[in-house]
Amino acid sequence: MIPGQFSYHRPASLAEAVNLLATLEDARPLAGGHSLIPMMKLRLATPENLIDLHGIDALKGVRRDGGNIIIGAMTTQHELLASDIIATALPVLQETSLVIADPQVRYMGTVGGNVANGDPGNDMPALMMTLGAIYNVEGKGGARSIAATDFYQGAYFTALEPGEILTSISIAAPPAGHGYAYEKLKRKIGDYATAAAAVVLTMSGGKVATCRIGLTNLSETALLAVAAAQAVIGTSLDDAALKAAAAAAEAIMSPAGDGRGPPEYRRYVGGVMVTRALQRAAQRAK
Amino acid sequence: MNDMTPTREEREARLEGMGCKRKRVEDVRFTQGKGNYVDDVKLPGMLHGDFVRSPHAHARVKSINTEKALKVPGVLAVLTAETLKTVNLAWMPTLAGDVQMVLADGKVLFQNQEVAFVVATDRYAADDGINAVEVEYEALPPLIDPFKAMDADAPVLREDIKDKKDGAHGPRKHHNHIFEWTVGDKDLTDAAFNKADVKIKELISYQRVHPSPLETCQCVCSFDKITGELTIYGTFQAPHVIRTVVALIAKLPEQKIHVISPDIGGGFGNKVGAYPGYICAAVATIVTGKPVKWVEDRMENLTTTSFARDYHMTAEIAATKDGKVTGLRVHVLADHGAFDACADPSKWPAGFFNIVTGSYDFPVSHLAVDGVYTNKAPGGVAYRCSFRVTEAAYCIERAMDILAQKLGMDPAELRLKNFIRPEQFPYHSALGWEYDSGDYHTAMKKAMETTRYSELRQEQAAKRAAFKRGETREIMGIGVSFFTEIVGAGPSKNCDILGIAMFDSCEIRMHPTGAGVARMGSKSQGQGHETTWAQIIATEIGIPADNIKVEEGNTDTAPYGLGTYGSRSTPVAGAAIAMAARKIRAKAQMIAAYKLEVHEDDLEWDIDGFRVKGLPEKFLGMKDICWIAYNTPPPGMEPGLEAVSYYDPPNMTYPFGAYICVMDIDVDTGVYKVRRFYALDDCGTRINPMIIEGQVHGGLTEAFAIAMGQEIHYDKEGNVLGGSFMDFFLPTAYETPHWETDFTVTPSPHHPIGAKGVGESPNVGGVPAFSNAVNDAFSFLGATHIQMPHDHWRNWKAARDLGVIKGAGAAA
Amino acid sequence: MAKTHVTMKVNGAEVEGLVEPRTLLVHFIRENLQMTGTHIGCDTTHCGACTVDLNGMSVKSCTMFAVQAAGADITTIEGMANPDGTLSALQEGFRMMHGLQCGFCTPGMILRAHRLLKENANPTEEEIRFGIAGNLCRCTGYQNIVKAIQYAAAKINGVEFQEAAE
Repeated sequence: MIPGQFSYHRPASLAEAVNLLATLEDARPLAGGHSLIPMMKLRLATPENLIDLHGIDALKGVRRDGGNIIIGAMTTQHELLASDIIATALPVLQETSLVIADPQVRYMGTVGGNVANGDPGNDMPALMMTLGAIYNVEGKGGARSIAATDFYQGAYFTALEPGEILTSISIAAPPAGHGYAYEKLKRKIGDYATAAAAVVLTMSGGKVATCRIGLTNLSETALLAVAAAQAVIGTSLDDAALKAAAAAAEAIMSPAGDGRGPPEYRRYVGGVMVTRALQRAAQRAK
Repeated sequence: MNDMTPTREEREARLEGMGCKRKRVEDVRFTQGKGNYVDDVKLPGMLHGDFVRSPHAHARVKSINTEKALKVPGVLAVLTAETLKTVNLAWMPTLAGDVQMVLADGKVLFQNQEVAFVVATDRYAADDGINAVEVEYEALPPLIDPFKAMDADAPVLREDIKDKKDGAHGPRKHHNHIFEWTVGDKDLTDAAFNKADVKIKELISYQRVHPSPLETCQCVCSFDKITGELTIYGTFQAPHVIRTVVALIAKLPEQKIHVISPDIGGGFGNKVGAYPGYICAAVATIVTGKPVKWVEDRMENLTTTSFARDYHMTAEIAATKDGKVTGLRVHVLADHGAFDACADPSKWPAGFFNIVTGSYDFPVSHLAVDGVYTNKAPGGVAYRCSFRVTEAAYCIERAMDILAQKLGMDPAELRLKNFIRPEQFPYHSALGWEYDSGDYHTAMKKAMETTRYSELRQEQAAKRAAFKRGETREIMGIGVSFFTEIVGAGPSKNCDILGIAMFDSCEIRMHPTGAGVARMGSKSQGQGHETTWAQIIATEIGIPADNIKVEEGNTDTAPYGLGTYGSRSTPVAGAAIAMAARKIRAKAQMIAAYKLEVHEDDLEWDIDGFRVKGLPEKFLGMKDICWIAYNTPPPGMEPGLEAVSYYDPPNMTYPFGAYICVMDIDVDTGVYKVRRFYALDDCGTRINPMIIEGQVHGGLTEAFAIAMGQEIHYDKEGNVLGGSFMDFFLPTAYETPHWETDFTVTPSPHHPIGAKGVGESPNVGGVPAFSNAVNDAFSFLGATHIQMPHDHWRNWKAARDLGVIKGAGAAA
Repeated sequence: MAKTHVTMKVNGAEVEGLVEPRTLLVHFIRENLQMTGTHIGCDTTHCGACTVDLNGMSVKSCTMFAVQAAGADITTIEGMANPDGTLSALQEGFRMMHGLQCGFCTPGMILRAHRLLKENANPTEEEIRFGIAGNLCRCTGYQNIVKAIQYAAAKINGVEFQEAAE
């Protein structure tokens, strides 16, 4: 398993990177590389030019901007786990980071690579949709912002135009006391989800006030389960509400069959993940 | 004696002999990255070879165009079947008496089959080269389901032998049939079934898996055109066998072939066979005159260099209504893939599967095995087990549980009722083996007491009631397994590989200062032979283990041996070591008698030397005897102190054990949790308890992986799924349960030190323990037998099939 | 393909070499530097046998190009012994607790455990099992690897190691 030949570029600025991507033939950005390099070793990806984004300081780090948390695209999962800002404002991001791949991969794997690759097996896209995240991208034509909910068009197909780079992610911090959970079923550490569900909710007077639910690896893209969330808002998460939410979520799933199980199994456990994530999120809500 | 004289205990301890938890000699280099594995071998001018492989499971090869590949910078040669035909090596003999294509000759018979071998200056150029070879195929219908292999309209896979009525193991019934092997008395067995009160019958499948050691198969071949000498470094579990096979098939004089197995990164059976990579690298070095390295990647390893199991076993037990077994009938459909390359002793097409009567006193039994060809990778190695013993143990241990369920008996109680009793040993089984020793009742009862088995059953009954009341969605299973292994192949009267008798060997050469070197025909792949073999010698001749250097794996220096697999090293090589050491001690006794001026019979052995009986102050230590042996031996005696032993064992050894697994399963996800796993092993005399415990931990982890997830699965087109460690289940530390180990000691009566071998027992006994736990968990819902692997979705499917999973949202 | 000149620090020494852009870091270490203690087990980022410490991170060197590591500070198994050549706490722990058998996963396992203990000096068994889950071992069943890391943690922390009761 040896990659094909390519030319390597390590720009020091975003402008330089954007320029290289726009002008070089068959150029691809290289972030953590833990999706791209294995594909290159199998020669399923054979880019002529690799643009390594590690030299661009502007793409790294986590900061607050008013009520928003801004996460540089090249921030690694390991850095998310170490960030006090994330721990305080977006603990669900840490819970999710911890179930991605394995320790070594989390040192290298970036949040930008995880969301921008369009891999339905990645964990961050569903979470970003659940959090209402905005992706900031930059290309030859300038900068623009795309809602995570509008970003995913199919397996490995996204709203990113050729030559555009994801630069950062903006997330409005959920209110203090919000409940959250990322419930992931997998065969072992290092595996993609058999099924996973992200939940962020708020409770008021024992009832669900707001709720968003995202689903991982249960369709061609990550999904926002709007009807499932509607089904629990205003309820105390009684059995009937949980059943309704699971059923509504299952209705939008179209999982593939693979070594993790046939579609009917993955759909069923997708419902189970939604139920369990809702229960755990509610327990955490204040 | 003054105060400085060491006590007996101190003298014993200084030896670090048998029974001591000696720390491993190997670890000093392994913990510092100074191991020397095959891929670490770098010879001047070395080239690299890599394979073009078939994307099809079954296809005719219309053409191979190497023109573009030969233009790739760094590519020097491309070998195809046509090239190999010029040296008569397009096909090679297999260990099972069949032949196998080295490179595709006219057609391909499994996905990823070797089609061409690109030789280049480095591994990067070789990979570029394989991507530039153009092969044109014409797809043929694949045969994947072994149950359809002998259908009248099944495609002909092996055109080379389609009209052959007889194979290596007798008549063939069909163009895709390999052999039928029968053992036992059919008429008596049928009669037992005719008058049985109770009968069970179940198809018990053991899925195709792969040993996947962390280091893949690899070699470096180097041919010296001037001297005509061929040196092969390789990941070989049996280096001498490789040397002889190369001599036979390449027609090279055997003294000019040097096979070296350096450190090996795990074997588990994967590194017993001979693979096309070895042949191609050898041909390439002869053609180019430069050393050639071949290193397979993980996908190649999982999908081409052998597999294990793929046995479909229909088991029937006859019994009385009070639970006494009266007969066992088993039929096996064995899927051997495209070529019969099973790594079994040559006369045993189904290995020692006739150990299938297990630990039980079956008065009669009959076994028939049919081997068939399919469009899958060839192989059939003993993955951490003796030949087909895992399959046999799984078959009987599942079948006994099914019988217990039918009788309404506790599975442990049924086993206790039917065990071979201690006074029956040596025990002659209905399928022809002579079990050497055992005390099964003691082991089983110890396991039940330690795990508080009856309390576990009470807890389970309460949980089942709670489940039925809808108070929990978790079910609890208790898996009981009691296995008897047959290891230590083996007596040359019935075991050989391609005619080479399966003895083993040891040569010990003592040095004048009381140190020595010992060389064996075995080959460690992690078992710690450099540590444990020295312990046997230390105890036998009273020289500290630290003073004995153990060497294996170099065919120029090591005596001829059959290698390490099938838990044969301790039973066979271990015996040879003890016998060689005893020859040393016998000569030492003659020297001591002369120096102490007494008759040999007046001496007694005392830890590290000889003492005159009744005169404790007259003592001569082995260290001194070593010096004397070289420098002032008795008149008429040859100087020197060395010995060689070739050991042909009189019988196999029969390790056994009692395993109990407690598992909880969430029916809504199929997720399981092994709450407790207790393993009691009886491997006879224990050489190094630390290493035994480590072997048990490792074997149980492999058993866990097999039972709970491993599978080399093919789709209908013959595409092999699960060719990476993403899909082929190797548990991490996080999924792996905690292991509790225990033991009893029932020495082998025929082995010089009473040892039986242990490395594979935990895999043999572990798989049925896990599987029985899953089946036991579901049994109260009406399940009889659920096929492995018991991964999440199959557990959920079992629950759904039993009616405890409802529709959408039902889990809420 | 034109080769690129790279320099980096490996086990405290400045090293350099000419590599193709596609040269994997593990091949640079094993073949250019001839430090063969770092192993390749799976080619797909699952087994961790190729783990090295790079700029304070545990990294699978089969999934990084050598050019990406230009300027990096790398430790491999060859740099793990104490300065006086004796076995470091982790190496000693693996030997004393029988945390290895075939030895193939051991370098990667030790390098990973090294970083784990830097980040968490006194991990629980659960934290160790989770922390080494990017490294596969086929021989030991991990139980003694866990003990080896506990042994090393105790030694580094200067406390007496006590094996957990069975």
